[in-house]
Amino acid sequence: MTVKVQSEDFDVGAELAAMTGGKTGIGGVTLFVGLVRDMAGGESVSAMTLEHYPGMTERQLEAIEAEARERWPLDDALIIHRYGRLEPGDQIVLVATASAHREAAFESCHFLIDWLKTKAPFWKMEATPEGERWVEAKESDDTAAARWTKPA
Amino acid sequence: MKILYFAWLRTKIGVATETVDLPAEVRDVGALVAWLKTRSPKHADALANSTVVKVAVNQEHVPYDHPVGPGDEVALFPPVTGG
Repeated sequence: MTVKVQSEDFDVGAELAAMTGGKTGIGGVTLFVGLVRDMAGGESVSAMTLEHYPGMTERQLEAIEAEARERWPLDDALIIHRYGRLEPGDQIVLVATASAHREAAFESCHFLIDWLKTKAPFWKMEATPEGERWVEAKESDDTAAARWTKPA
Repeated sequence: MKILYFAWLRTKIGVATETVDLPAEVRDVGALVAWLKTRSPKHADALANSTVVKVAVNQEHVPYDHPVGPGDEVALFPPVTGG
């Protein structure tokens, strides 16, 4: 179980190999890779800068990873999230979950990216032809995260 | 108390961190945000709409009725937009 917050790019193939190497009990891995888009709200985006809260970011990511481990039978989980200046096509985030069976891998990966979007303290600023602007949070992200809330 | 600001709260207020001496009557997050608004016109402008001012105390998300004390690290930021 690993959390990495870094400015450097990551190699999805190498991360997958490291996660599964020698662990023949794993039956499936789900990977989600988030990328910088070249359009947002009808405007072209030439670059994006991600700010975060060092310390709290790692704590929050470790907490949601621990929550996923409690809720699904996982052999491994990995979250890599980048910060700093990124350009369209660049990788922003990787979420990978490994389990004996596909349901646990798919569901926990979906859960992790949905929760990460509403709990991890990152903020995106986009550079557009109109100037730089902070990205506003979407209500649809809260709705997506809420579906994973356990019944009280 | 150490206060941290992120994203557009940081750019509007003009500083990333500040250390403040808390008045005795400020005992929760809501009272702290109200008191911070009085520090300057920039603070008042940045903190005007509390629905978009989220708060973490000691690196945990908390609601406005959460208690605060002089030794806490308090961060104020807009709703997060990572992923």
